[in-house]
Amino acid sequence: MINVTINGDAHKLAEELNLIDLLAKFDIEHDKVAIEHNLEIVPKSTFGQVMVGDGDNLEIVHFIGGG
Amino acid sequence: MSDKLVVAGKGYNSRLIVGTGKYKDFEETKLAVEASGAEIVTVAVRRVNISKPGEPMLVDYLDPKKYTYLPNTAGCFTGDDAVRTLRLAREAGGWDLVKLEVLGDQKTLYPNMPETVEAAKTLIKEGFKVMVYCNDDPIQAKILEDIGCCAIMPLGSLIGSGLGIQNPVGVRIIVENAGVPVLVDAGVGTASEAAQAMELGCDGVLMNTAIAEANDPILMARAMNHAVQAGRDAYLAGRMPKKRYADPSSPLAGLI
Repeated sequence: MINVTINGDAHKLAEELNLIDLLAKFDIEHDKVAIEHNLEIVPKSTFGQVMVGDGDNLEIVHFIGGG
Repeated sequence: MSDKLVVAGKGYNSRLIVGTGKYKDFEETKLAVEASGAEIVTVAVRRVNISKPGEPMLVDYLDPKKYTYLPNTAGCFTGDDAVRTLRLAREAGGWDLVKLEVLGDQKTLYPNMPETVEAAKTLIKEGFKVMVYCNDDPIQAKILEDIGCCAIMPLGSLIGSGLGIQNPVGVRIIVENAGVPVLVDAGVGTASEAAQAMELGCDGVLMNTAIAEANDPILMARAMNHAVQAGRDAYLAGRMPKKRYADPSSPLAGLI
């Protein structure tokens, strides 16, 4: 098991995952979000290569209504 | 006659930019945006709710291919937070036209100008095209233009207040001094105030609450659409001079 923080909440994952698989696990469409991985913005083109490991911190954001 | 709003090299037929917050649901958002005629919509960047997957998303109702999404930094109280938010927005959407706002306090949501200036410099260096929410100070507005902001957006009055344009003289001076578009951002409460902004010579108006919190948001969106066009036409037409006494409209010659 590995421990990661996603959008401020602690989560446990069975194994290290790349970001595409992680988003799929949470049922999130990867083309509609942006991800910050340990404070670094991840280019969308590399979602398949970036691995989420123990202790990592992720911010997953999208666009919502706003003024 | 072509009278487009040109921001960062791109022309828009509508001079009204609308926010997409505070609506009852996405369907109402969509209908109000359509009625407003706006081609640019502001959006916020927020965390995905990962405990509720499959929730409807704004992009399912307002097609980013049809509307220009203008990511904002609402809720950011430091320049660093604003820059971080817009870097994420650029990655999420692939657009570099952004609305920068760095707020000073919760009660007034007045802009923190020193933080705004520093954030704008950083963003412009990174290739962003920055439309900037600012106070109604003409000197400050000029500073923002000089560092490369592509549109200056002074507040009419406090965000969400509906108090209209409190400092029309300041806004007018900003317009006269500016070489980039000036849009009143925040404070407009009803259609006459949108028209007033345009009659002052502003290039456009940005609003959210005035539409979203009207009893009938879709009808108010239509009213704002007309008001912005009417105000623009009135500005271009040039108003008559104000006089202290009457001037009869019917000829005096030939009276019986």
